[in-house]
Amino acid sequence: MSVQNMQNHMDYEHIPAEKFAFTQLDTNIHDKKLETKSRGYLADAFLRFKQNKSSLVAAVIIIILLLFALVSPIISPYSINDKDPVFNSFPPYLSSVAEKNWGILDGATTHGSQNDLSLSYWKGIAEETGMNPVLRILDVTTTYVKYRGQDKASNTYTLETNRYFENGIVYRVFKYSEYEAIQKWQNETGIQVIYPYVEPKDICDIADNPNIWYQVKDGKGTPVLDDDGNFIPAYSTNAAIEGGEYNSLRIEGDDGSYIYSAKKSGAVQCRVCYYNYYIYVNGHEPMYLFGTNSLGQDLFGAIGTGARFSIIFAILVSAINLTIGAIYGSIQGYYGGRIDLTMDRISDILSGMPFIVCTTLFQLHLGQKVGVVPAFLFAFVLTGWIGMAALTRKQFYRFKGQEFVLAARTLGASDRRLMFKHIFPNALGTIITSCALIIPSVINSETQLTYLGIINLQEFAGTSIGTLMSQGQVAMTTAPHGMFFPSLFVSLLLISFNLFGNGLRDAFNPSTRGVED
Amino acid sequence: MAKYVTQRVLLMLMTLLIITCMCFVLIRMLPPAELPLNDIHTQVIEARREAQGYNKPYMVQFGIFLKNVITKWDWGVSDKLYFGSDVAAKFAEKLPATIFVNLYSILLSIPLGIALGIFAALKKNTWIDYSISTLTMVVISVPSFVFAFLIQYFLSYKLGWFPFLMKEGTNYLSWSMFVSMLPAVLSLSFGVIASFTRTTRAELTEVLTSEFMLLARTKGLTKTQATVRHALKNCMVVVLPAILGEFIGIMSGSLVIEKIFAVPGVGGLYLNAINGRDYPIFIMVSCFYTAVSLLAGIVIDISYGFIDPRIRMGSKK
Repeated sequence: MSVQNMQNHMDYEHIPAEKFAFTQLDTNIHDKKLETKSRGYLADAFLRFKQNKSSLVAAVIIIILLLFALVSPIISPYSINDKDPVFNSFPPYLSSVAEKNWGILDGATTHGSQNDLSLSYWKGIAEETGMNPVLRILDVTTTYVKYRGQDKASNTYTLETNRYFENGIVYRVFKYSEYEAIQKWQNETGIQVIYPYVEPKDICDIADNPNIWYQVKDGKGTPVLDDDGNFIPAYSTNAAIEGGEYNSLRIEGDDGSYIYSAKKSGAVQCRVCYYNYYIYVNGHEPMYLFGTNSLGQDLFGAIGTGARFSIIFAILVSAINLTIGAIYGSIQGYYGGRIDLTMDRISDILSGMPFIVCTTLFQLHLGQKVGVVPAFLFAFVLTGWIGMAALTRKQFYRFKGQEFVLAARTLGASDRRLMFKHIFPNALGTIITSCALIIPSVINSETQLTYLGIINLQEFAGTSIGTLMSQGQVAMTTAPHGMFFPSLFVSLLLISFNLFGNGLRDAFNPSTRGVED
Repeated sequence: MAKYVTQRVLLMLMTLLIITCMCFVLIRMLPPAELPLNDIHTQVIEARREAQGYNKPYMVQFGIFLKNVITKWDWGVSDKLYFGSDVAAKFAEKLPATIFVNLYSILLSIPLGIALGIFAALKKNTWIDYSISTLTMVVISVPSFVFAFLIQYFLSYKLGWFPFLMKEGTNYLSWSMFVSMLPAVLSLSFGVIASFTRTTRAELTEVLTSEFMLLARTKGLTKTQATVRHALKNCMVVVLPAILGEFIGIMSGSLVIEKIFAVPGVGGLYLNAINGRDYPIFIMVSCFYTAVSLLAGIVIDISYGFIDPRIRMGSKK
């Protein structure tokens, strides 16, 4: 055993030369390449950012809101200058959704304390125009009142009605040409706009309620019902008062004797179904996804219009403040000493000026001369850069004593080169992230000032979210949506911008994670 | 310390003087309000304007203005909004409403904010901490008038607990007045609560992980003892100045909240002065806002020094 072992050993010591072979002759030997890809500062930050779920969600929401601001004024059939005098403070409505009866976008308004009489009034509208304003009955309370010695039941209802159908029939006075144009349009589309005329003398002299087309007992509009409980039409057949020739759609049950208009000093007065008349005038059904505000503007488009301005303005402000603040802070931080002290006094004095005072003064002085928006911009810029300057200054103090700066200085780099080529890029991460936090604060201030009416952007931007909110507040109890949608939009925007900014900051400066200042 | 305080106060006064001067000159540069023709006040106001040097150079006007303010507390006479009445008196009339609303708000929100912050810090990295922190984040981001709207709509309109607007009158201590102030107080409180929660939580979590806390535990204190005696005390170094600043800040109040709830305070006076172009009132309220914000800043900075003598805020060493 041991002898054989010995022999093996001997084998290794005397290996003949021909047993050796070259493994490689034609390639160079070098270190193994790194298996992983090298990662830069930005990629690293992006990776950290991606791990932060809430910031990622915030980023997605921001993109959605930006898209909304971009697209909604285009989608909306109304421009910001369209102010509907009839459909103001109306709830959200979209006819194709309302038909499905899902309880959303159906223009629902709640009406309390409705009695049987008002119920028959709604029924009248429903029967004549085919558009039932009553969506659902929420609540019925029955009370008994002693009437001539007997208990008389009377019901009180709480209803939800479609406000867009509530108008039902209205009186309109047309010129002859228009009267004919409507008839022509009716023939083409098959939509009935003009309904048969009812003379006030046939309905107990009710002259101010065009929705009564049935026979009534009294001036309050209590209907006379036939044996089956149906309305009895009170349409006029008095050809003597007919305003103009009618050759168009006739309602059901018309034997051709009903008149559709009445003479009115050189024009005709008609009973017009307002909803269909709206389609005739505008070419489409009312389509208010967020409802209308107290001026009759479409909130869907208006929020987008206001948001467009807010966002562009905020980005502009933060870009300007970033530039001024970075330059100012760089000089302060780099030179230090007396220059730093003097410049600090200047920024101290400016920062002592309350923003609201500053804005007002700019508005009073420059608002007329250079326009509202530039004056507003100046006000933001005057004090806005101070925070950025302080931040840059701090970063400069951190880096200016470090070896790489000394090395560059020894090599003969000029002051400007040192500041902007060597130190500034190191501070960039901090500065950019704080920029993401300036945007929401600018939007917030802008919304507040327009809400207060100190700044009026209506001429320049059409509207602004703050203006929409103050308009919404006027009709807050009857139309809360006017306040709700702008509030929701601005809240979502601010929350997601702040979350996004915090996420960015954590990603760029991992050491400050969780510290909020 | 005395030297530091004097230095800071003098610096503040200088800043105040410069800003007042800037505001004053900028406002005087605007054309003064037209006076009604046949009014007994008109001649008086014209005579006063003459005495205030309306036709002299701006710096002379500023000198006269300063002299009047310092020697006689005379801020001029309103020439538009409250025609012919003394601005300082009008202002003093409006101040209590603002102070009361804000005072109630911070009395409610500071204890609540600090308590929430401590709670979140003690339960760090649990769902309680996460939900408090998220809520804080949301509340800080959302503008105060959104809360005001929610409170007005739900509490005042839907539930009918509070009146829509603040009651008129000056009896600020009565119960009905207090109830009518509550919506404004609540709307103001959200932001304050959130900011105190955030500060307290951030500070306390840092203190809780420091080494002296470990020492406190090793020398035998219970967790409660260590937290109350050592951690909270150190955390107050940051929180206490913020409380002081908040107390100074109650005077300036919030324009938006005052407008929504019709609080007859300084904010309303300021807005009316802007819209009505009443420059004497505008100058006074602007100076007041400036003074309050500077004062809050300096009180915060100096109180740091008193609470923790190692800190000298604002000095450049």
